Amino acid sequence: MHEHKGMISIWFFIGVLLLAYGVLIFAAGVYDVFQPPAKRVVLSQLHAGVWWGLLLLAMGLFYSIRFRPKKTQGN
Amino acid sequence: MRYAHSFRIKMPFALLLAATPRLLTLSPVDVAVIALYFAMVIGIGFYLKRFTTTGEDFFLAGRDMTAWIAGLSFVAANLGSLELMGWAAAAYQYGILATHWYWIGAIPAMLFLGIVMMPFYYISKTHSVPGYLQLRFGEPSRALSAVTFGVMTVLMSGINMYSMALVMKVILGWDIHFSIWVSSLTVAAYVFLGGLLSAIFNEVLQFMLIWLGGLVVSIVGLIETGGWNGMVARIHHNFPGQDFTHLWSGLGHFAGNPMGIHWTGIVFGLGGVIAFGYWTTDFLVVQRVLSARDLRSAEMAPIIGAGFKMMVPFIVILPGLLALAVLPEHLVGEAQAVATGAHSYNEVLPLMLARYCGPGLLGLGITALIAGFMSGMAGNVSAFATVWTYDIYRAFVRKDAEDSHYLSVGRWCTVLGVLVSIGAAYLVMQFLSIMDYVQALFSFFIAPLFGTVILGMLWPRATNAGGFWGLLAGTVSSVCMWIWVKLDPSALAYIALSPRARDMAENMYRALWSWIICMVVTVVVSLATQPRPREELAGLVYGCTKLPETAALPLYKRPAFWATVVAVALVALNLLFW
Repeated sequence: MHEHKGMISIWFFIGVLLLAYGVLIFAAGVYDVFQPPAKRVVLSQLHAGVWWGLLLLAMGLFYSIRFRPKKTQGN
Repeated sequence: MRYAHSFRIKMPFALLLAATPRLLTLSPVDVAVIALYFAMVIGIGFYLKRFTTTGEDFFLAGRDMTAWIAGLSFVAANLGSLELMGWAAAAYQYGILATHWYWIGAIPAMLFLGIVMMPFYYISKTHSVPGYLQLRFGEPSRALSAVTFGVMTVLMSGINMYSMALVMKVILGWDIHFSIWVSSLTVAAYVFLGGLLSAIFNEVLQFMLIWLGGLVVSIVGLIETGGWNGMVARIHHNFPGQDFTHLWSGLGHFAGNPMGIHWTGIVFGLGGVIAFGYWTTDFLVVQRVLSARDLRSAEMAPIIGAGFKMMVPFIVILPGLLALAVLPEHLVGEAQAVATGAHSYNEVLPLMLARYCGPGLLGLGITALIAGFMSGMAGNVSAFATVWTYDIYRAFVRKDAEDSHYLSVGRWCTVLGVLVSIGAAYLVMQFLSIMDYVQALFSFFIAPLFGTVILGMLWPRATNAGGFWGLLAGTVSSVCMWIWVKLDPSALAYIALSPRARDMAENMYRALWSWIICMVVTVVVSLATQPRPREELAGLVYGCTKLPETAALPLYKRPAFWATVVAVALVALNLLFW
């Protein structure tokens, strides 16, 4: 993406953050499935947290792997 | 955020006065999501410091960005959190008409920047818009432009900082001082460390988060209403006799739409001088494009940005429309909200987040708002540091220092810019009316600046004296018109052609007059003064500059082709929602 030599791509950083968010939001969504909160959001039966968490997880994995730092000579 | 008008600017006042209990409560997962975001942006700043070793790295990201990165950053720098909340509120109040600010009020100007103006900004190798004025019209024009830009930028940044802190107080119950200091010091840290490179990296990250945090509301909302048609039916049921879902069909008469505006105002006022002035001459956004690695990338960046800008209504306007369809209560204006304790238009986005987002997703939505604020502020601070260092300090204080000296000055200017912004935020906290005055001040400069730059680029006969006096006359006339209306409200009938014109209409007409005055004065003075030799204008002016041929490029690599694609999509979307 960028010609600064050896620089990690911004998409890798994005991937790592989305991966972490995916894990957190998916876990929170699954927890809500089994332990529904007293005050539920509208359409909570869709379990948006689970699906969105999975989406973030998939995007995070893709970006983290696709743009992972490459080993360069001398490193 | 700078591309604002009154209903968004006044939002925090209503929020403050309403003093309602906080709207949202965060779970530990939400807090973790927000904390991770802060850790990541600071981490990126520390990582990029090692790559920021020259002035070119710090101020222009090494002029090494791809078209995609520059384009996304170009859009993200404009997307503040108040932009997101304010336009969702506008959509609730005025319906889909608010989309005009994203489509006709932005896309044609962005395409014009990419196709017509970018070659001159880029080939001239300028560091900034004031820098271009110096090359084209000499030092006085640069000085006038740089000083006004620098002052306005930090003041605007302070106002936005204060507004954001106020929003966070009302939504989440956060302490105002905590919000101001934590968010601004975070921005200061990562821009100080990595300069524009760091700002751009974080803006791309922030752009992704804004989308991923905002899209949940639109998707779940459309599921609840049964799609677009279901949403429209519910709006008609909830608000019988009102048209909230047509872009153009109600604009034939002032009384035919919720905004009380005529199509001529949208096309010529919004889509004309104001949009072109902001998107083509505000250095906050232009700086992102100047970081592109080559001319083609610089031309493509605004076009890519335009493509994404065109989609932003799906995460900003659509939640406002969905709120019209699904919220059980009707939101009200500021005054009524203060008097009755009801929710105001301006709370529509947090209300929709609370409606659909459980633990984790809520944190992501709030992170999107914070990311919006920080991308806007980083844009202000990095642009301020560049203009101050190159166009004021190097031009008028110390001309011949080492590059490392200017790099150091740029870094400390970042800190200075943030501290002045914080000072401005506290000033606004004490004297709320300052906010209106500073917003007005900003609007004084954009339209005349566009007049000066566009004549400079397209008319070789424009002279240094013409450029300077045109810019000065346009700016002064704008200030005078504003004062005239303040002192004598009946002057609106002359300035805005109607005694009943609202703030928005007044701003549009004032911009139009000041632009015309700038153009006329520039032309008259130029014709009366000695022109510069054409060879001096190479790289600066159309007709005197050899532009790279694109005929050999395949069609899909030509900026003009993609600009046409975006333009066709713009027309199609407008027809679809006519």
